[in-house]
Amino acid sequence: MSIHLNVNGQEHEVTADPQTPLLYVLRNDLGLNAAKFGCGLGQCGSCTVVIDGVAVFSCVTPIMLLQGRRITTVEGLGSIDNPGPLQRAFIERQAAQCGYCIAGMMMRAHALLEKTADPTDAEIRASLEPNLCRCGTHMRILAAVKRAAVLRHESTFQ
Amino acid sequence: MSCVKITRRDFCASGGALILSFSIGAPRLKGAEGPRLPGSLSKAPYLDAWIRIDDDGAITVFTGKAELGQGIKTALIQVAAEELEVLPAAIHLITADTALTVNEGYTAGSHSLQDSGTAIRNAAAQVRELLIGAAASHWQVDATLLRAEQGAVIAGDGRSLKYAELVAKEFLHVQAQAQSKLKAAKDFRSMGRPMQRVDIPAKVTGGSAYVQDMRLPGMVHARMVRPPSPGASLVSLDSSQVESMPGVMKVVRNGNFLAVVATGEFQAVKAMRKLTAAARWSEHASLPLQSELPAFLTGLPAEDAVVIEQLADAPSAGLRRADGKILEATFTRAYQCHASMGPSCAVALFKGDALTVWNHSQGVYPNRAALAELLDMPAEKIRGIHTEGSGCYGHNGADDVAADAALIARMLPGTPVRVQWMREQEHLWEPFGPAMVTKVRATLDAQGLVNDWRYELWSNPHSSRPGPAAALLAARLIEHPFVPNPPHVQISPEGSGDRNSVPLYVFPGKHVQWHFLKDMPIRVSALRSLGAYMNVFSIESFMDELAQSAAADPVTFRLKHLQDPRAREVIQLAADKFKWGNKLPPRHGKGFAFARYKNLAAYCAVACEVSVELETGRIRLVRVVAAVDSGEIVNPDGIRNQTEGGILQSMSWTLYESVKFDATRITSSDWSTYPILRFASVPDSLEVHLIPRPGEPFLGAGEAAQGPGGAALANAVAHALGARIRDIPFTNERVRAALKANQSAPPNGPGPHRSEQSSR
Repeated sequence: MSIHLNVNGQEHEVTADPQTPLLYVLRNDLGLNAAKFGCGLGQCGSCTVVIDGVAVFSCVTPIMLLQGRRITTVEGLGSIDNPGPLQRAFIERQAAQCGYCIAGMMMRAHALLEKTADPTDAEIRASLEPNLCRCGTHMRILAAVKRAAVLRHESTFQ
Repeated sequence: MSCVKITRRDFCASGGALILSFSIGAPRLKGAEGPRLPGSLSKAPYLDAWIRIDDDGAITVFTGKAELGQGIKTALIQVAAEELEVLPAAIHLITADTALTVNEGYTAGSHSLQDSGTAIRNAAAQVRELLIGAAASHWQVDATLLRAEQGAVIAGDGRSLKYAELVAKEFLHVQAQAQSKLKAAKDFRSMGRPMQRVDIPAKVTGGSAYVQDMRLPGMVHARMVRPPSPGASLVSLDSSQVESMPGVMKVVRNGNFLAVVATGEFQAVKAMRKLTAAARWSEHASLPLQSELPAFLTGLPAEDAVVIEQLADAPSAGLRRADGKILEATFTRAYQCHASMGPSCAVALFKGDALTVWNHSQGVYPNRAALAELLDMPAEKIRGIHTEGSGCYGHNGADDVAADAALIARMLPGTPVRVQWMREQEHLWEPFGPAMVTKVRATLDAQGLVNDWRYELWSNPHSSRPGPAAALLAARLIEHPFVPNPPHVQISPEGSGDRNSVPLYVFPGKHVQWHFLKDMPIRVSALRSLGAYMNVFSIESFMDELAQSAAADPVTFRLKHLQDPRAREVIQLAADKFKWGNKLPPRHGKGFAFARYKNLAAYCAVACEVSVELETGRIRLVRVVAAVDSGEIVNPDGIRNQTEGGILQSMSWTLYESVKFDATRITSSDWSTYPILRFASVPDSLEVHLIPRPGEPFLGAGEAAQGPGGAALANAVAHALGARIRDIPFTNERVRAALKANQSAPPNGPGPHRSEQSSR
């Protein structure tokens, strides 16, 4: 089956089994590294991407549901040479140890910040609740999301 | 500017007191050349094993240690940049690779800065002095008039020569000296200051950062099908339907080792599911009864070893508590998972008679030896390249998945094979952190000080790492399996199951015994800090019980038993920053714990506050303050990050984590059956305070918080509940049971301790 996917503002035509979870298509067909396989069960959030503004587990979302939907991954937030506010916040707060969960955390935070520009600490915690981190980087992740809200305002202002 | 290339011969002629050797890789004669070289230089004495400078000025630094998410790459770059007098950005660091780097064994035990950091620092300082010497010889001036700065040697009159202009082939192929001219801390530009991790930008922008991200040309995907339980055998398999599925290239069966290879990754996953359904296994009940695990462990045949035996001058009969009870307690810990976020993954390629394996092993050299034995091929024909995976926290499935990939790749010569485990395979088949039982008895003297301390621990060995092929899961599953040699107890300074089983406290009498359990009903291996987590939990819990019996404040009680000034300082700092004397809200408790990791690495003290929900038994960590002394600090933010992570991970182990099993199968197979810490339970604040020790040796800090983190939490829970829980994890049921037992105990009568909240 051939399907059109809009990923980070670009149209892609992908030929794949319609049952294929989006995660495998992002990683293998489109060569995007950020979303990670963690559990394949929708339990850990390492694979989180944003689809039409909502944080979604890409490991359990088959591509047949995604024709015409807008998919955003960490690659859509900026690049290593020109990182976006959320990426800069995570670098500034050194919010990673092994980093395997971080792209998923960032996409969950991205969905929150798109809806709620100035989240409270409680809102940040609640929004990140579905995502797991094993290194214990939680305090820095919370601080980075808080910081990202500020950096997003600054970049909008500029 | 003319380009001067100074060769070893020139340098030799200049009268430099260097030991030159033309025998590449020849080991130093033992005892023949004076004192032992610092750190891992003792394993590889040639400077160019650690540092190379090309004639284009490129500087490459080599380490046999691996980045595990602990930030070691950044710290080693800081160390090298400091002594080489270059900017950190000028250094290209190559990590564990059997073709390129020194064999530094495992990246484990908080050893990387002590071993590799020390080697690189000394090598870099000696390289800098060689470069200065070379410039001095070229200019015919005294070397003491020259200095190195920003990649060049500079003379007092402003003349300068770039490093690239001073090096020639084999210039650095000289043996290191025992003594190096190390920079003083006051002159540091890189070390001792927070440096942003070099690996984080790629990790937050979708760069290729992990072995999982490798996509070699022509690479295919394999998935494993594991037995349903330990020891199960494959009885029948009809794989014909799987073989005809789209993309499927091969079904691999070798005894109980079963896998499927497909061109596409999701094709491999679908084929794995079908192959799982097609396999019939015979299983048998081989596991102990989980509810009786402590009794099972203490009943196993044991090889007993004395860790320390120090008799009290005047052994006392022991002061008993007011309620007449002897001071004695038993503590237990469940089997626990490493539970890495990313399942283990490896890529293997057989080409000609050589094998290359990319994986996230903590020891590419030991794993190469295991693979060589498994595949019956010379180790020199195998190249192991460390490629980051998700955090491992010890010996997870990293080595096993490399063996899986190698066995499959051997059947597909010329084709790179990527194997990634599924979540349930990681949870079910990683080697777990061992379950343990400990028992403490102590007596107090008339002054309320500990007189006699007796401690026993029951535990399997805490490492079953490769080396031997039998350490690999695949080697036990194949038709002609490798059988591990029975382990034997060994008492070493660093310890294993007995790590940190000897309290650092000064007690007149200390007796510590390890009942070493050879039988391994469930496969176990190294989990971050080995036995230290459980031993420190037990010791520090019991110190609080003793303090309570002596009617002493827990912090004061600890200080009364400590002479080491650095130990006292971290305790005092943590207590001060926590404001230990302050009152707490109702249903809150505070706890304190301390340990020096392995009794020879970093010092760590933790104070914390918890709240308890009486109705549900839910414990929440509210506030944590830690103090750490890790000797000379390279990257303060790196130590903070590791300590924060260690405390939260230890909290997760202590409150939530237990591998579940029935008589036949492990039943905790994912994040719903093996819950860990989530954001709702993260504390409101977590502070880490560091004590700088310029000029002191590096003391490994990566695992230092595991013991004190869990123990401080346990003490805070006991304080909040007025009853002590001695069994890890502190499930809500155990909390409710402790509350109930506390309520039913008569005041000041026998039974669990009453809360001493009012006295604090």
